[in-house]
Amino acid sequence: MLQDTLTSRIKPAIALKGISKSFPGVKALSDVSLSLYPGSVTALIGENGAGKSTLVKILTGIYQPDQGTISVGDQEVHFPTALAAARAGVTAIHQETVLFDELSVAENIFLGHAPRNRFGLIDWKKLNADARALLARAGADFDPTIRLRDLGIARKHLVAIARALSVDAQVVIMDEPTAALSHKEIHELYALVERLKADGKAILFISHKFDEIFRIADRYTVFRDGTMVDEGLIADVSQDKLVRLMVGRAVGSVYPKKEVAIGEPILTVSGYRHPTEFEDINFELRRGEILGFYGLVGAGRSEFMQSLIGVTRPSAGAVRLDGEVLVIRSPSEAIRSGIVYVPEERGRQGAIIGLPIFQNVTLPSLSRTSRSGFLKLANEFALAREYTSRLDLRAASLDQDVGTLSGGNQQKVVIAKWLATRPKVIILDEPTKGIDIGSKAAVHAFMSELASEGLSVIMVSSEIPEIMGMSDRVIVMREGRIAGRFERAELTAEKLVRAAAGIREAA
Amino acid sequence: MAKFLKNRELLLVGAITVLLALITLRFPPFVAPANLARVYNDTSILIILALGQMAVILTRCIDLSMAANLALSGMVAAMLNAAFPGLPIPLIILAAITLGTALGMINGALVWKLDIPPIVVTLGTLTIYRGLIFLLSGGKWINAHQMSDAFKALPRDELVGFPVLSWLSLVMIGLIFLLMSRTALGRAFYAVGGNPHAAVYTGIDVGRTRFSAYCLSGALAGLSGYLWVSRYAVAYVDIAAGFELDIIAACVIGGISIAGGIGSVAGAVLGALFLGVIKNALPVINISPFAQMAISGMVIIIAVAVNARAERRKGRVILRKAEAV
Repeated sequence: MLQDTLTSRIKPAIALKGISKSFPGVKALSDVSLSLYPGSVTALIGENGAGKSTLVKILTGIYQPDQGTISVGDQEVHFPTALAAARAGVTAIHQETVLFDELSVAENIFLGHAPRNRFGLIDWKKLNADARALLARAGADFDPTIRLRDLGIARKHLVAIARALSVDAQVVIMDEPTAALSHKEIHELYALVERLKADGKAILFISHKFDEIFRIADRYTVFRDGTMVDEGLIADVSQDKLVRLMVGRAVGSVYPKKEVAIGEPILTVSGYRHPTEFEDINFELRRGEILGFYGLVGAGRSEFMQSLIGVTRPSAGAVRLDGEVLVIRSPSEAIRSGIVYVPEERGRQGAIIGLPIFQNVTLPSLSRTSRSGFLKLANEFALAREYTSRLDLRAASLDQDVGTLSGGNQQKVVIAKWLATRPKVIILDEPTKGIDIGSKAAVHAFMSELASEGLSVIMVSSEIPEIMGMSDRVIVMREGRIAGRFERAELTAEKLVRAAAGIREAA
Repeated sequence: MAKFLKNRELLLVGAITVLLALITLRFPPFVAPANLARVYNDTSILIILALGQMAVILTRCIDLSMAANLALSGMVAAMLNAAFPGLPIPLIILAAITLGTALGMINGALVWKLDIPPIVVTLGTLTIYRGLIFLLSGGKWINAHQMSDAFKALPRDELVGFPVLSWLSLVMIGLIFLLMSRTALGRAFYAVGGNPHAAVYTGIDVGRTRFSAYCLSGALAGLSGYLWVSRYAVAYVDIAAGFELDIIAACVIGGISIAGGIGSVAGAVLGALFLGVIKNALPVINISPFAQMAISGMVIIIAVAVNARAERRKGRVILRKAEAV
């Protein structure tokens, strides 16, 4: 059967041809083609930003392609809405399942198409019986009348699958379905994938984990920078080749990394652990150093950083800053001792929309700009002007709402805010995620400048080029533990990916 | 943004002016300076309360218990006065403010430490505080003859031509303005409501900030308790019943966003004045009390609709600007 799909004797369940999609300033997908075959699992592989999620959103009707066609069977189709895609038999199961916690399992399965009795009311008996049957087909045996919130993530996936079966989905997209699952649950999911395959569903399986790709996928497709670089049968490819395909590009040249004399250790973290999120985190950060933290999404990097600055509490571990032992119980204590964290989600955790730019910048530094308990606006403006101009912020006035700025400029405001606290250590979590190329370059250049002025930088990033271009040293985290440490000189993209994905060195 | 907010407040000033003009057509004496001063005086307590409510709403919370707090603090002030007529009035005021603050702290602590939704907390304490008045007073009224003359006189005493009550509200406006625009706590109110997640990373303790807002609203409710009881010279279980809705309405009319983070002292004051003008004007132009309530309700909805539209329009303007930058 595998051979058949390769020779295209079997018609694809869904075929994308020549799909392109641009966003302002970014070409997310360019001339991508992808076919999914019934009874076959296709693994979609690519770095963050390679265009995988854009593709999923096009397949599920959330985005419309600028160019290209989608065909189901022999027919060309358009998915103007998510509902249209669902009606055409395409369904997606996300990392965090999109279901309703307060409804019962059966209600979740049949939401929107519940069976009705002759009075037009919901036929609960049939609803629950049908739900039970669908769950059985998905390989689950729990009671469909229990509330969804009482289920674990793995079982929620099963409910999502049962829902897909209830609408007779032919194409099932699984977007990193195992990212949040335990070892045992992962195996249950594999069994489920096998059943869906046997049922003749076409499956698109997105994963960063090479072991599972090799275990369950029949075919692979590799994306890089919005283009499809290779596809074929899993049986014909090696892990090494996939890694090379994934990262294969020249990196380093465009990054404004300055050579800085690295000084003495300034921050020492030892034995940091958390009951559920990370353990055994030990490292040193030296003056003027940019230390990269690489890993897959969910490897525990942000969680560790947040506990380092006191948002959450570790269960054990010690921090020394400039040789002194620090106990950090809250972000304000971290800021006072000179460790600041620029969070990843700019919208949710960064800028405060509604406050003017200068007030955003001075928010953590108010004790310095005020006199005898009263804020001094002139001091605030001066401080805000000093740091925003260093970052080349483009704004008509510092008095305008940060909400009126573009994403890149908002990011600059957030970084200016933290620099204005005059930290010794700055932690940048995905500093350039989702911002345009120009702003990216400015942030990178500034990072280099900071390091050369003796500031120590921890940069959490999931982008290999950024990690390789900017870091003096890289720590790779995997599943909450340090999985590798690399000096700049010995860095290769392959080493990083291997450490992050847990692949042993090829013989 | 600052310009826009000013526009919104100017809009409110315009609306009040138009309202006054309409009233003048029917009843010219209404706009006589002396009468306007009387209307202001009559609205003073609402203004003080709206300032406290504003602080709470800015932090994405709400205080439904303000009127009940006022009634309880007022009752205690009246009972103190009745029991110890010799007690200096400033001491009684201090007691009312202290009790109000304590009641506010209860709200704040429940929101902060137990993480209960503010609307539920204050709905509960509203009932509890009202119940406490009944327990304390046994359901009895404290009437004018039980209160000392000094107790009743203070709000009415005139200072440079205006009653102390009016002056007091002006002082409060000034103090709260100072707090909001010139202290770290005032800034924190805005930050916590504007983006609580970001505020955490900035080193602001979101829970503690909300607690402070409730303390402030409690303190102002306590002060208002004394003012209310002494001005109307009566204290009983149901004084200011339902007034919490007027307070919130004043804030909403004044452009303070229920979603938190947006609002100004000027807005709260103007919102309260707008309501005050309506409440004082409708009876003199012979509109029945029932129609008055309907009209007040309509005004609130119109104000919210205008604010919501303004917010949306702001969104579009941002996009255009962002592209231009």
